[in-house]
Amino acid sequence: MRALSLGRWLRGAVRARSDGPGRARPVPGSPQKVTVDVLDHLEHLALVDFRDSEGVERLQKAIQFADQLHEVNTDGVEPMDSVLEDRCLYLREDDVTEGNCTKELLKNAREKVEEYFVAPPGNIPLPKLEEQETYLQSS
Amino acid sequence: MLRASLREVSAALKEGHVTPTELCQRCLALIKSTKFVNAYITVVEETALKQAEESEKRYRTGQPLGVLDGIPIAVKDNFSTAGIETTCASEMLKGYIPPYSATVVQKLLDQGAVLLGKTNLDEFAMGSGSTDGVFGPVRNPWSYSRQYKEKSVPKSHPEDEDSNWVIAGGSSGGSAAAVSSFTCFAALGSDTGGSTRNPAAHCGVVGLKPTYGLISRHGLIPLVNSMDVPGILTRCVDDAAVVLGSLAGHDPKDSTTIQDNFKPFELPNLIDVSKLSIGIPKEYHAPGLSSEILALWSKAADLFKNAGANVIEVSLPHTHYSIVCYHVLCTAEVASNMARFDGLEYGHRSDMNKSTESMYAATRREGFNDVVRGRILSGNYFLLKQNYENYFVKAQKVRRLIANDFMKVFRSGVDILLTPTTLSDAVPYIEFIKEDNRTRSAQDDILTQAANMAGLPAISVPTALSERGLPIGLQFIGRSFQENQLLTVARWFEKQVKFPMIELEEVKRHDHGVFQHQKSASFS
Repeated sequence: MRALSLGRWLRGAVRARSDGPGRARPVPGSPQKVTVDVLDHLEHLALVDFRDSEGVERLQKAIQFADQLHEVNTDGVEPMDSVLEDRCLYLREDDVTEGNCTKELLKNAREKVEEYFVAPPGNIPLPKLEEQETYLQSS
Repeated sequence: MLRASLREVSAALKEGHVTPTELCQRCLALIKSTKFVNAYITVVEETALKQAEESEKRYRTGQPLGVLDGIPIAVKDNFSTAGIETTCASEMLKGYIPPYSATVVQKLLDQGAVLLGKTNLDEFAMGSGSTDGVFGPVRNPWSYSRQYKEKSVPKSHPEDEDSNWVIAGGSSGGSAAAVSSFTCFAALGSDTGGSTRNPAAHCGVVGLKPTYGLISRHGLIPLVNSMDVPGILTRCVDDAAVVLGSLAGHDPKDSTTIQDNFKPFELPNLIDVSKLSIGIPKEYHAPGLSSEILALWSKAADLFKNAGANVIEVSLPHTHYSIVCYHVLCTAEVASNMARFDGLEYGHRSDMNKSTESMYAATRREGFNDVVRGRILSGNYFLLKQNYENYFVKAQKVRRLIANDFMKVFRSGVDILLTPTTLSDAVPYIEFIKEDNRTRSAQDDILTQAANMAGLPAISVPTALSERGLPIGLQFIGRSFQENQLLTVARWFEKQVKFPMIELEEVKRHDHGVFQHQKSASFS
């Protein structure tokens, strides 16, 4: 029962989730609390953490703010990716025009060996929520 | 001399009234004596003097490279500069030295400009005050002007004087403050939601956001790729046209620059305003618009009317949603753009060495401020599979409606839109930081953002001083790629309003004013 170790706000969120499936889905006009699972998922995707309750609150407000979009009728409107959509995108010839800059590129890396960037051991996923020392766990 | 416009000082260089080295030295000295403004993150004294020396040789042999040769300039610290630290005012990029220069920077250098340094901003250009960077806030030079001090300071206790300083606007606040305090003759900013025009309005300088696709973004560290454009900050509209002429055009390294030929232009001295149709979008009469800006706006409209122009009220019905739309598109693109900062190849790297993933996470936790982290997390939320249609695609649809609003108005025969740039004059720093970044950006970008949605060119022109003795700017928005017409109208307006020059006590000591300038406020 990990909900027991979470703060009041998060417990509220978990309870809301247990009301039924699909709660994480935004419902226009009625702001929903984001579930702990979604928060945890976002931290893994974004590779940044919420840090504190203010961080979670910030997301909550951002969603509420964005919900105003649902007031606009966009039936039959095509999404717009770029204002240059009517023009041909310039593509240059697929030729090598630059190179031989290994040394220069490596200059900005803090850890390297010979011509390689050095990373810590790979294929180790981030700890699960229960094992984390982040806000979502500790609060 | 330092108060001159770019074109004036260029003429002085050509005639030998001043040498590039002298000019560079004076600017560097002024940067030192105005350090409290915090406009610069990095000053590159040595390379600047070297560039000035080379320029001097060219002038001596009678072969200057053009108008920009020997002109001291500054560049916002989110443009890559080869060999010069580029930080984006973030812990994440402290110490990062790019191996190449942004195309716009290279173009300026190739034309002989002297790069003095890199200017301050909000971290990764996310903000509207230039208060949220790791190097501290930029102070608006007008805080130290006679005009502001006379009107605002006596009302409070003298010991409060230091807390009375007002924000520079943002996120290109360092560039605007640098131009406004006479430490350089032109500066590059960037503009995604108003980041060039907003600080230009607050610092009493001209801020131009060109049409999306006209100027290369190669080497500009991206915020929102589909809206970012390099911005130009100068003391007058003529100068903006000069810098635009030197930067515009296709870049093979930026596939989103258009391939049409761009011809640099000079603005005509005499124009017939009576043939123009000026649109006044009623939605820009937004909640929170100060009464003095409203009055100034309507005075400006009258100015055109009295000159015979056709001034009509128009409607851009979706303006209200542009900030919300921007909020979703911006955070989504930020979530994607910021993924590159992982500590491996460049920038900050955490000491955490357990695993690659944990190193990434720790690096980003240590490197980004709350604002950046907040936008990354919201962006990831809007991009979740279950939210993608509901938020991201929805915002893209609203974006089309906003762009269509402009198209309809321009198709109906309107040439230029006239609007305020900001809701009020610059607020004191202590007031500004009471609100959180998102709320502030939502308020501050409200009049500038829609132009970015539609990719349109827009310019803020300093118009008059407020009751508190601070600059107010008005904005002109033009048709895509019609910079010539936009700047011509802006220049005509600039000539009518005769915006007063900033009177800086700190600067006077260093200046041996050669040029005469209009010093009376005739429009306020």
